[in-house]
Amino acid sequence: MARVEETGGDREENKEEETSWWSPEAVEGGRVGEGPSRGSRGDGGGDGGRPDTPPPPPYSDQVLENVLENVLQFLVCRRDRNAASLVCRSWYRAEAQTRRELSVGNCYAVSPARVVRRFRCARALVLKGRPRFADFNLFPLGWGARFSPWLAAMATAYPWLERVCLKRMTVSDSDLAFLARSFPSFRDLTLICCDGFGTAGLAVIAVLCRNLRILDLIENDVEDEEEEVIDWISRFPETTTSLESLSFECVNCPVNFSALEALVARSPSLRRLRVNQNVSLGQLRRLMARAPHLTHLGTGSFRPGIAEDLNVADLEQAFVSSKSLICLSGFREVAPEHLPAILPVCANLVSLNLSYAVITAEQLKPVILKCNNLRTFWVLDTVGDEGLLAVAKACKNLHELRVFPFEATEDSEGSVSDVGLVAISNGCRKLQSILFFCQRMTNSAVVAMSKNCQDLVVFRLCIMGRHRPDHITREPMDEGFGAIVMNCKKLTRLAVSGLLTDKVFKYIATHGKSIRTLSVAFAGDSDLSLKYVLEGCHSLQKLEIRDSPFGDVGLLSGIHHYYNMRFLWMSSCMLTLSGCKEVAQKMPNLVVEVIGDRPKDLDSDTVEKLYLYRSLEGPRDDVPLFVNIL
Amino acid sequence: MASYVEDTELRLGLPGSDAPASRGSKRSLPENSSAGDESCCRNDGSASAAKAQVVGWPPIGTYRKNNFQAMKVETMVVEPEASGLYVKVSMDGAPYLRKIDLKVYKGYQELKEALDSMFKCFSQGELSRKEGCNGSEYAIAYQDKDGDLMLVGDVPWEMFTSSCKRLRIMKGSEARGLEFRQ
Repeated sequence: MARVEETGGDREENKEEETSWWSPEAVEGGRVGEGPSRGSRGDGGGDGGRPDTPPPPPYSDQVLENVLENVLQFLVCRRDRNAASLVCRSWYRAEAQTRRELSVGNCYAVSPARVVRRFRCARALVLKGRPRFADFNLFPLGWGARFSPWLAAMATAYPWLERVCLKRMTVSDSDLAFLARSFPSFRDLTLICCDGFGTAGLAVIAVLCRNLRILDLIENDVEDEEEEVIDWISRFPETTTSLESLSFECVNCPVNFSALEALVARSPSLRRLRVNQNVSLGQLRRLMARAPHLTHLGTGSFRPGIAEDLNVADLEQAFVSSKSLICLSGFREVAPEHLPAILPVCANLVSLNLSYAVITAEQLKPVILKCNNLRTFWVLDTVGDEGLLAVAKACKNLHELRVFPFEATEDSEGSVSDVGLVAISNGCRKLQSILFFCQRMTNSAVVAMSKNCQDLVVFRLCIMGRHRPDHITREPMDEGFGAIVMNCKKLTRLAVSGLLTDKVFKYIATHGKSIRTLSVAFAGDSDLSLKYVLEGCHSLQKLEIRDSPFGDVGLLSGIHHYYNMRFLWMSSCMLTLSGCKEVAQKMPNLVVEVIGDRPKDLDSDTVEKLYLYRSLEGPRDDVPLFVNIL
Repeated sequence: MASYVEDTELRLGLPGSDAPASRGSKRSLPENSSAGDESCCRNDGSASAAKAQVVGWPPIGTYRKNNFQAMKVETMVVEPEASGLYVKVSMDGAPYLRKIDLKVYKGYQELKEALDSMFKCFSQGELSRKEGCNGSEYAIAYQDKDGDLMLVGDVPWEMFTSSCKRLRIMKGSEARGLEFRQ
């Protein structure tokens, strides 16, 4: 049985799921007895006994299981829970009864029915659908990952459901309405990179979810026809709400500001507020006055509205009063002259996201030099190497850095380079996670980072020009990435770029024993690369490859490992239908999907897009015409 | 026409930067790789076919990409620029090009009048397109940031000035083709 993995809903996918595969006993899990009756346990689970359960086990076993359940309730970490469930059937049952949070890393690896049969009293669900490459237009629309079937199963099985977190799933307005109606205790809804819904669905959530604490909408594709935009903010009940977190940056439609202000005013528990870019600076100031205890603030446009006469001193006063702020984001259309208003909170900031703020190094410096406690910093490359130098000087505690490109094209000028990377590596020794887009890089800079930042867990370097070598030595970037895998022993996630030969994959295979996620694009010379990785990276869970010269030989070399992986994605490589078919034949618990942009693409022998993943359920039944499951 | 090929060649790098020679030692890309549906077909004549923009590369999520577009337009409009926005203007058949400052004009009408007077000596008739007239000799097109040839007049003026890299006055049959394609 697929390990129902728990992730706790983290956004950056830094934490990966356990890799242990199934136990033979667990496969029959569904038929094993349902465990003792509920009355003996004190956790207040509301759904009593079920009429169709088999008779409970004998008395002594029942006592044991009761005790076990009471103990296992304290077990929260999913890996511990997975391990506990493997001890014996009794433990398996007890664990299944007490697991509160379910985490399914691939919605097609296991069916809703099976999940619901095993875990009887879940209160929270974390569900992920499409893999990450779907964010880059590589998955045609309508591929799948719909929430509806899951919702239908849970509505009957888990009436006391409280929390749902979805990532890269398709959720419709009617799904949201159904959710709001089905779960009276519903509290937390987090949607990340999802699509299919609009303001209509949000309105129903606002009206019906009376206990709503968290409504976090992050980077979703919220679609509304022009005429059908609904003022969902004004649909929250007039009474005091229990809202703790409200994030709607991605809901890019005009906001009824007075309704929003009133909502904030009657939400005394509100600590996290992230508004969209249609909220002006003057309006932000009013919201901050209503919610002086905010810890997380998404600032919207950070630009004065038309006819708003705002001076920096007034705005600064608002930040002076917000003594609890530790996380700032937004700045969608930042008026740089107003940026210094945040100075009063800089010393307390733990997280600062300026990745939509088009500012220069000069505009960044006064702010960043005060942010000495910063752990997470996202920024645009418009600040240049000089800006990064300032970051390195000021943010000694930096754990995560992301540098995004202002111009995301291959031929853009690019304002950050190896110089900035070296500066960061020298200044931010505690760095654990980095995402760095650039146009110019050198091996020596990457080597320097590998030596200075030994705590690196995530290293993602994107040299935007394809096949670009070290810009000084003109050599491939093999040595740089090689040094990263050699020196950074804790590395679990790696994304490579630039001119790369088979050699770098040999390094990765030899030293990257802890790597769980690997992203490859326009790299390698031959099948050897893929062979090295699949044979050497024992912890590999997710492998995403595009536009690299890997064929069937490479693909087949992973047959011993694919059951241990979440998925493999390969697009624009050199795969053929016969090679993929062979994999499908040899591995019955693997779903091998060949995806075309149009149905007729599937007729050819070359495979443009391959997505394979382990699954207990076999081919899914919602396959669109442009997908062929082998 | 040689000049036509040059004008519309979708080159992505500055001349001399990142020469394809750096990839000389690599295996050639397979047929079905790196060709986005949208782009490669136009570059058949060019040496670096693989330099055309590719679907999903660089790997910036669509959410961020969409927000960047809006952001870029904002920046261009609001931040005052010290220097002008000079772009080259070419006209088919003319022996030399001109340069104009887009900042000087407030809208399409002014631009068209300016171009009219600038290139009067090379042409017989009016440059500005007449509504409903299918006998217009010229169409004014521009090359945008992505390298595509676009008809002038479709987008708001601010968006046009922020994305226009050069102007081209096309004549005769080509002009009509461009109109129909729009």
